[in-house]
Amino acid sequence: MDSLLEVRNLKVQFNTLEGVVHAVNGVSFQLEKGKTMGIVGESGCGKSVTMLSVMRLIKEPPGRVTEGEVLFQEKDLLKLPKSSMHEIRGAKIAMIFQDPMTSLNPVLTIGHQISEALVVHSGIGKEEAYKKTLELLEMVGIPQANERYKDYPHQFSGGMRQRVMIAMGLSCKPDILIADEPTTALDVTIQAQIVELTKKLQAQFGMAVIWITHDLGVAAEIADRMIVMYAGYVVEEADIFQIYENTRHPYTLSLLKSLPRVDRKKHNRLANIQGSPPDCIQMPPGCPFLPRCGFGVEQCAEDNPDLTTEPDGHKVACWVDVTTGRFR
Amino acid sequence: MTSSQILVQVRGLKKYFPITRGILIQRQVGAIKAVDDVSFDIYRGESLGLVGESGCGKTTTGRTLIQLYRPTAGQVLYDGVDLTREKGQSMRNRRRKIQMIFQDPYASLNPRWTISRIIGEPLQVHKIISARKAQEERVQQLLELVGLDPCHTNRYPHEFSGGQRQRIGVARALASNPEFLVCDEPISALDVSIQAQVVNLLEDLQDKFGLTYLFIAHDLSMVRHICDRVAVMYLGVIVELSDRDEVYDHPQHPYTKALLSAVPIPDPRATRARQRVILEGDVPSPSDPPAGCRFHPRCPIVGEQCRVDIPEWREVAPGHWVACHKV
Amino acid sequence: MAIPIPENPPAAIARIEKTQLTFIQLVWLRFKRHKMAVAGIISLILLVLFAILGTAFTTEAYSNITDTSIRLMPPSHEHPFGTDTVGRDILSRTIYGGQISLMIGLIAMAVEVVVGVLIGAIAGYYGGIIDSLLMRFTEAMFNIPQIPLLLVLGKLLADKLPPLNLFGREFSGSVIVIMVVIGLTSWMGLARIVRANFLSLKEREFVTAAHCIGTRNGPIIFGHILPNTMAPIIVSATLGVANAIISEAYVSFLGVGVRPPTATWGNMLNGAYQYIESAPWLWIFPGILIVLTVLSINFIGDGLRDALDPHSLVESK
Repeated sequence: MDSLLEVRNLKVQFNTLEGVVHAVNGVSFQLEKGKTMGIVGESGCGKSVTMLSVMRLIKEPPGRVTEGEVLFQEKDLLKLPKSSMHEIRGAKIAMIFQDPMTSLNPVLTIGHQISEALVVHSGIGKEEAYKKTLELLEMVGIPQANERYKDYPHQFSGGMRQRVMIAMGLSCKPDILIADEPTTALDVTIQAQIVELTKKLQAQFGMAVIWITHDLGVAAEIADRMIVMYAGYVVEEADIFQIYENTRHPYTLSLLKSLPRVDRKKHNRLANIQGSPPDCIQMPPGCPFLPRCGFGVEQCAEDNPDLTTEPDGHKVACWVDVTTGRFR
Repeated sequence: MTSSQILVQVRGLKKYFPITRGILIQRQVGAIKAVDDVSFDIYRGESLGLVGESGCGKTTTGRTLIQLYRPTAGQVLYDGVDLTREKGQSMRNRRRKIQMIFQDPYASLNPRWTISRIIGEPLQVHKIISARKAQEERVQQLLELVGLDPCHTNRYPHEFSGGQRQRIGVARALASNPEFLVCDEPISALDVSIQAQVVNLLEDLQDKFGLTYLFIAHDLSMVRHICDRVAVMYLGVIVELSDRDEVYDHPQHPYTKALLSAVPIPDPRATRARQRVILEGDVPSPSDPPAGCRFHPRCPIVGEQCRVDIPEWREVAPGHWVACHKV
Repeated sequence: MAIPIPENPPAAIARIEKTQLTFIQLVWLRFKRHKMAVAGIISLILLVLFAILGTAFTTEAYSNITDTSIRLMPPSHEHPFGTDTVGRDILSRTIYGGQISLMIGLIAMAVEVVVGVLIGAIAGYYGGIIDSLLMRFTEAMFNIPQIPLLLVLGKLLADKLPPLNLFGREFSGSVIVIMVVIGLTSWMGLARIVRANFLSLKEREFVTAAHCIGTRNGPIIFGHILPNTMAPIIVSATLGVANAIISEAYVSFLGVGVRPPTATWGNMLNGAYQYIESAPWLWIFPGILIVLTVLSINFIGDGLRDALDPHSLVESK
């Protein structure tokens, strides 16, 4: 098994006042060393919950991992005792989030927060941690690191804070960096900076990256391989060029057709996807995308198609061949 | 374009927000210069896009234009009438023709009102239709127009999804038969698969009713799709304005070039083949803008003059305006 | 290679998938979870029924009949609650007294709510100098002690005001004074809360949208913002009734509240002062009724406060 991280058939539920939300329904994928996996989907599709479950950060109750395995370095993370997860989080697998303002402690200097992570995980002394922190700050492109070490989170802009988060995440040289919508709240020029920085650091440290986003443009820039999620299911998975140029799932296809492009003149109307993403509470049998799908056939209402792997490695969960419009 | 086709003229618009300090007596110690001398025209029937990143002043420009904020200076001529001089009832009357669509579909509808009351508010306020039954019929018509089921008039906003609420906002904006609509980031808060629905709706309505739009957005890809002309703002000033394809294919201002190169493209080959211009640093604060050209600290082609003189707003090609010393 | 997408499913007009609970239903569901609050409602209903329906069995005139020959009689078959110091039937006095006490509670609450909401709304909405002036006024009022003011005004005005005729009953002028003064000295807390809510609500986008439509200030204040700040008003009003009942009992007990012969639970306590041990039925019955009423209202208020808490009523997306 050469993959660094393997998720098998992960299922996660939440108990809410309105019913049981099936947030993740049998998600499986593999992440290879040094590669970037993009997980793409809209709000409610389960992409964040999947990765939070991998990190065992889902609150139980109301959440619950009902099935599945997460294999990392020959261990199933879902079965590890909590104390062992402490050693993995931060040190082996790091995660950064969308809003750095809520991830950073507002009453501690950022220098302190980064050093703290280093001392706890690497067991080095304060002096050394200080030096390493300065190095990290410079590495992520924060100028005048020795002065900014003493600054508080609110004294940084959004982009800078995200860089601090990346510094914290990379401080212990993790094997995997999980980035959950890290640039969604940032301006587009700052987003470009962060994407470049991540690529550079990934090349430098050789870590694997999982980048969660709803933005198909950002995913196209950074990912080597991409997973598309809908209603808690993986509907398509392929190499990055394959998935954009040889799209096989109606949802991915409709999504791509509904996006305008900054580099092309306007041709005609954007393709419309009727309806809205489901709430995963009471899902009818069959494919969750059917109510909005232009390719639906009878089979779609009865059975939810499994994710099948095609000969070229491209995985799709659909009964229909979108190139012909006919049943496979 | 002849002047009779100009619907809105903005001249020298400024909006400063004072920064005050003091406990008993507040004195002004500075100002956030959100909009600092902005001028442009909007032609009848067109969609003018106003783009820029956060803090550039595009939303403030939109709101100041329709007098939700009182301008610190400048004029806004709507169909020849200076809105900045209109007050009270006379300004309220003008609002029949000028409406706004808001960014947040959750916050822009009163959670305690039924959508019938929400959409019917303009009809009430402007006394367009007073009879209850007639008003209800008109509300139903408007709901159909925006693609919603007309039998849901007694529901509350929280019963609808984000995309549906945005449509309700559109229906409300249309109730008074406006001519001009300021769309303040109308799709930013929506899921990607819903954005196309709302954009298509806006385009259809524009065709059907000959509406004029000021489309404020930060999503440059969407602006390319929906707008006829585009203005790029940075830190309170417009740096470039031209026809849509001109701006996107032949940008002149260094900021526009950097901005366009930073926009992600949903196409891995295209996006990786692009020449990116990565800007250094962050956007400075609007309370303390740089001297001279506001973009000079981050500009890849900055020169001596840029640090000192404010660049002139010049027409460098027919219909193509830029504010840059180097162009 | 561009793949053409077949026709989307027939353009169904977007429908709502499921209906949700109305605001009132949600509030009631949350309220029901508080056992004490539900108990409070039940007991309050019983108390109100006692005060209102009791009139079917007795008359006000009867409650005022004095007969010193049967004074200070303990509870008996004819006088289930006993008789007081001048021989009046305590049961019927508690019934009619209850009506007054409850009425005082309600009307004082009404005065408090109207004044508090108006001042809070105007201060919060307009801001600036109007806000400063109104808030300084509010703070000044906070410093005025309610009970001494009630005592003083009660003593001064009570005999000078003419009696009032309402619902077929005659009330002495002192009742009016009590109601109005209690109301006018309890609105300040509510005004502050309403002001705070207005300050934040007026920045909300639906208010901006209303400005944009051209709605005038009045309809914005009362039509748009006020309905969104009902929670603290309802809670404050509920607790205000209890507070008014207690305040009235306080001053009547001291003898400067409502004057006899009109009975209130409070002034019945006044007559009981000397007979605390020897004739406990003089104070037990009105006392228990006051305590029960106030407790019930307080529990209801607590339940409402939680049920209406905006953080629990997060709208689902």
